Amino acid sequence: MKAKIIVMPKKTVLDPQGKTVQHALESMSFRGIKEVRVGKFIEVELTSGSKPALKKKIDEACHKLLSNPVIEDYTFEIK
Amino acid sequence: MNFGIIRFPGSNCDQDCYHVLANVFGQPVRYIWHKDTTLGDVDCVVVPGGFSYGDYLRTGAIARFSPAMKAVTAHAKAGGLVIGICNGFQILCEAHLLPGALIRNRNLKFICDHVYIRVETTDSPFTNAAQKGQVLRIPIAHGEGNYFAEPEVIEQLQREDRILVRYCTKAGKVTDAGNPNGSRDNIAGICNEGRNVFGLMPHPERASESILGSEDGRVIFESLLRSAVTA
Repeated sequence: MKAKIIVMPKKTVLDPQGKTVQHALESMSFRGIKEVRVGKFIEVELTSGSKPALKKKIDEACHKLLSNPVIEDYTFEIK
Repeated sequence: MNFGIIRFPGSNCDQDCYHVLANVFGQPVRYIWHKDTTLGDVDCVVVPGGFSYGDYLRTGAIARFSPAMKAVTAHAKAGGLVIGICNGFQILCEAHLLPGALIRNRNLKFICDHVYIRVETTDSPFTNAAQKGQVLRIPIAHGEGNYFAEPEVIEQLQREDRILVRYCTKAGKVTDAGNPNGSRDNIAGICNEGRNVFGLMPHPERASESILGSEDGRVIFESLLRSAVTA
């Protein structure tokens, strides 16, 4: 099983990287872009365990280490 | 005053701090390895600049969980002095010893330059030898020094007089022109509620000898030494 985790900068946090990517896309004539935000994708391969227990563990890992709740939000799925 | 400098894999300002404390100020200093679980008789912990653990994941995110940082947290909670410089500031934020976070500079560039900061309060063991409003010329060297915290946190810091230094112009004006990295409210350094933990992005240890172009950083260390005398 794998946990697929997405960490994104919070809406209230300025994302200079996203802004720069947006400007680059616009200068390449990509039209219709409202906003670009750049985050992280983390894949964690898991050995075993029940899904609810793993979910709890991954949630804790996201909260404590994989994201910084001051500036980032996270979502994940276990498959 | 006994100083202890934490060394992580990737710390690179540890020797600069050691040199300034030992050779410029003549203080007893020793290194504390990141795997050490105790600090010994250290009065003031220095969390130096660098790229601890390669800055992987986020700056300071991994260092925060090292055994030495557990000891630093206990030291801080007991009222012991802690100063985090640059990467050290980032680590102290990740460790929740200070509020907020340091995010990517607004121009996405690593900035290595002399900047001006203004001493906003002398009510701290780190600024008590300075004058309120004193402008210091101190270098910065960081890619992630853009201080961020929610507006209510910034208000609290302001209300509790915990913003010790702000980026400013040469003339001491706290304006956007004097803000090198986009930090909220031009914040360059803050302290905790107990006023014994200080984090700042500028490097006072790189501005403590005239041969390096500025001695303005000395006042931070002089404050620490003065607080030891009056304590």
